[in-house]
Amino acid sequence: MLILECPCCGVMADETELAPGGEAHLKRYGPGSSDEEFEGYLFHRVNPKGVHFERWRHANGCGKWFLAARCTNTLEVFATYSAQTPEPPQHVIDAIAARRPNWSIEA
Amino acid sequence: MSTRLSSGGRLIDRSAARDFTFNGKRLTGYAGDTLASALLANGQTLMGRSFKYHRPRGVVASGAEEPNALMGIGKGSRFEPNQRATTTELFDGLEAESQNHWPSLEFDVGAVNNSLAMFFPAGFYYKTFMFPRPAWKHLFEPIVRHSAGLGKAPKDRDADRYEHFYAFVDVMIVGGGIAGLQAALTAGASGARVLLVEQTAHWGGRAPVDGVEIDGQPADEWIKSALQTLEGMDNVRVRSRTMASGVYDHGYVLAYERLTDHAPEMDGPRHRLWRIRAKQVITATGALERPLSFAGNDIPGVMLASAVRDYVVNWGVSPGDRTVVVTNNDDAYRTALALHGAGLAVPAIVDARATVTGDLPEAARAAGIRVLTGTGIASVKGKKAVTGVTLCAQAGEGAVTDEIACEAVAMSGGWSPVVHLWSHCGGKLTWDADQACFRPDHDRAPTSHDGKPFVTAAGAADGVLGSADALASGSNAAVAVAEALGLSATASAPSANDPAETPMEAVWIMPQGAGPAKRMKMWLDYQNDVKVSDVRLAAQEGYESVEHTKRYTTLGMATDQGKLSNINGLATLASALNDEIPNVGTTTFRPPYTPISMGAIAGEARGDVFQPLRRTPMHAWHEEQGAYMEPVGHWRRPYCYPKAGETHEQAVHREVLATRNSLGLLDASTLGKIIVKGPDAGRFMDMLYTNMMSTLKPGKCRYGLMCNENGFLMDDGVVARIDEDTFLVHTTSGGAEHTHGHMEDWLQCEWWDWKVHTVNVTEQYAQVAVVGPNARKLLEKLGTDMDLSAEALPFMGFATGKIGGFNTRVFRISFSGELSFEIAVPASQGRAFWDALHEAGAEWNATAYGTEALHIMRAEKGFIMIGDETDGTVIPQDLGLGWAISKKKEDYLGKRAQERSHMTDPTRWKLVGLETVDGSVIPDGSYAVASGTNANGQGNTQGRITSTYHSPTLGKGIAMGLVLNGPDRMGEVIEFNKVDGTTVPAKIVNPVFYDPDGEKQNV
Ligand SMILES: [Zn+2]
Repeated sequence: MLILECPCCGVMADETELAPGGEAHLKRYGPGSSDEEFEGYLFHRVNPKGVHFERWRHANGCGKWFLAARCTNTLEVFATYSAQTPEPPQHVIDAIAARRPNWSIEA
Repeated sequence: MSTRLSSGGRLIDRSAARDFTFNGKRLTGYAGDTLASALLANGQTLMGRSFKYHRPRGVVASGAEEPNALMGIGKGSRFEPNQRATTTELFDGLEAESQNHWPSLEFDVGAVNNSLAMFFPAGFYYKTFMFPRPAWKHLFEPIVRHSAGLGKAPKDRDADRYEHFYAFVDVMIVGGGIAGLQAALTAGASGARVLLVEQTAHWGGRAPVDGVEIDGQPADEWIKSALQTLEGMDNVRVRSRTMASGVYDHGYVLAYERLTDHAPEMDGPRHRLWRIRAKQVITATGALERPLSFAGNDIPGVMLASAVRDYVVNWGVSPGDRTVVVTNNDDAYRTALALHGAGLAVPAIVDARATVTGDLPEAARAAGIRVLTGTGIASVKGKKAVTGVTLCAQAGEGAVTDEIACEAVAMSGGWSPVVHLWSHCGGKLTWDADQACFRPDHDRAPTSHDGKPFVTAAGAADGVLGSADALASGSNAAVAVAEALGLSATASAPSANDPAETPMEAVWIMPQGAGPAKRMKMWLDYQNDVKVSDVRLAAQEGYESVEHTKRYTTLGMATDQGKLSNINGLATLASALNDEIPNVGTTTFRPPYTPISMGAIAGEARGDVFQPLRRTPMHAWHEEQGAYMEPVGHWRRPYCYPKAGETHEQAVHREVLATRNSLGLLDASTLGKIIVKGPDAGRFMDMLYTNMMSTLKPGKCRYGLMCNENGFLMDDGVVARIDEDTFLVHTTSGGAEHTHGHMEDWLQCEWWDWKVHTVNVTEQYAQVAVVGPNARKLLEKLGTDMDLSAEALPFMGFATGKIGGFNTRVFRISFSGELSFEIAVPASQGRAFWDALHEAGAEWNATAYGTEALHIMRAEKGFIMIGDETDGTVIPQDLGLGWAISKKKEDYLGKRAQERSHMTDPTRWKLVGLETVDGSVIPDGSYAVASGTNANGQGNTQGRITSTYHSPTLGKGIAMGLVLNGPDRMGEVIEFNKVDGTTVPAKIVNPVFYDPDGEKQNV
């Protein structure tokens, strides 16, 4: 039962208020994409034991989607941030690096 | 035989007798007794039968860890199986029955399993599945079925009430022993909001039983004053009979409060589930004593030394006139001294250690008790009760050196900290070789959202067994936690007397050289009948991982979750693998700590308030008419409106014919309604729907299909364009929330720069479908300022205006194939409008129809229904809906997926209509059979039914289904299977059974 701060309304939301949405920052592939690109977009997901970027919706709250950077192993939450971004912003990367010095976004 | 002592018992009130029954026998105990202590006081040492071998079993423990004394308590709607007699407080009228035996506890036929024990080794359940099928059917299944399941499942609806309770605290302290109390005192003084819970009805844990003195006074006095201090603090709450069952992510803790189990006559809920958010948790959960593994250690009368002491000191119960104490540590000597002090005989203390010189052994010797060092128990004598023990050298293989007659054996293999709550959320353990136990590893505590520890162990739960050290440990834990909270606290703990002790020595098997014959009689897991020999066999067969061994042998998988058996089992496995215990590791500790009731988990969510119900503005009318309701999502919709004497089927057929012949009225308010508005609304609608929506003219409606990115059909419905920037999307009744969420997902997370706003207005409008040849006449009779003629408002048009004084929006859409107006009015006007339609429609026999009539009429017209024709694997192309897929659009959600090879496979089953040759109705879920069999030997199929009805309009069975090459096989007759093994022939036809040219609809 996680607690995540909704960056839209500022509420520290209990997991019962939230709906999970899977991996964040996926690039959408539509018509014209190759089979490999589309397969990757539709089906391939990372499953790290460690830092994970993920989508959450404050479903039983303000209704807005947001993103979270979280450790799937220790449940540490590095940051929650706007869903309106194609990649993790620098302040999120910095927050992760401060806690996980050996981590890099490519890994 | 056990009995009540003439005096003593710090927890019982001898002036308050309590009558109860056990297996129908009337017995008497005292207020303050547990069911277990009262049974022992009545000489009832046999309390149950084990799960696999049905061996006779007595009580082993005195608390939550009890594996044997499980009872069915209560009767009828208050019956509950598998209740531990040790944690059941006695009350007047309690009815208990023992479990797992037939025909009686004393004589049990299933005990034959015991003599067949050699056929039930480790992995029995897995191995039986490897045998040929007949062996399973004739040999194993009858045995397994007979012995499967513990206790009896209750049959009646639970008569009690339960509730959930939310709490938010700074510090949650689990365990009301002296360490927990001291932690609460220190934390309370820091100003933190504290919740202290204790699972039993009593405070202070073992200290009062063990004769501890705190600050120079008996422990009971200190405990009383500590509680008084805590109750005087506004920031501290204390709750007894409350068990913390689990620690979860980010400081979420569940606790289980038993409010009336001890006093059923009390008002209020029976159990309360506390849903707690704690910033910090202190686990002062104590330690559990371990059994010793010697032959016959499961015979009734063999008990934990601490439990024997509890029965004597707390409840004034003698386990038997003569008790042999067997131990590897000094603590068990307290039991010998307590028995001796109560005037009972202790023929010997059998100590596996070579020399013992601690204060307690010296006190025992001084009391004249024989102390036999370097000695073990060779075997326990007796079948349903202990009659004696034979002794041997612990160092040897079990040659008998002596024999002692006794009625009870008090055993102690040392203490294991209760690390469950520490471990639930990721806390790691470290092996303490001195005390031969796992205890919390302070460097690897469970961490919270900020990556910092949020659980701290204190007292015996942290491996700190002495009382002075435990008090200091409690205070220190509270100081550390206060600091983590940014508060300041001062460590202070009272003094306590602790005797000097000889260190314990690990003893995993007794005697250390015991051979196979003895190991087959050494029980590790009493409830699941797992023995030392089973774990060794598992290791031999290659189950080297402790998690595999657990599942293979079922060690620790019973309702006690291995509280007593875990460490002994690990040690046995380690020894068989010739490895160290810490290398073998522990199995995972999972919540709940002890079983909690299903009622507490459900809380208030049962019956009428199980989930919120959605009601349309006309709901009360439907109920007044005696409608038969069915769930549609969270809505309740009328399935049909049976009249007196009518079956549901008759009612449905009447409703269909009345609508087709004259006038039907449907409450369509549950239909999803979503406004999509903004300069980019048209562009967005084109992405949502497979067809082109941006070209829809204001004032017009268009049917559309919505797919997910996998290409599968998700929802369908009619879209109305209100103006250039505004669309009104109609969704299926159950699909509005999901569809709205789908829209928001794409708008917020993918196309966030598009200027579109969506609002779910489903409940803002009541909607009525006015259907049938007389529909227009009815509306005109009510009076309207709109021109509702076919020319002015043709099919798929809509208009806004007044009908009978109501503000309405009228859609010319039809899901029945009849002339049809779907009319939306503000929700507050829904019931009045509905009543007005019925009143004015009486001359045309206006008939309310339900969802089943709706379904039949749509099937007669070949209209698909989401959830019937679709199941999450169906694409529009399967359903002959290619006409609703835009060829012009570059993109829409699902378009790329629908180009994948499997989606364009010509052998995908396609939608057709089906007419039975004999007019009967094809059973729901039928498959079309094909010749031959597949690789698994199952019959081949070539299609399946998606909707099937008796059509009252056509007077025969009609169906829709997905069939291999179906649209190319019109007129062919294929066979559909039935449950009775026969088939029913049906002809493949066009799915539009009724009025294919739309002559009735487009008028
Ligand atoms: Zn929010």
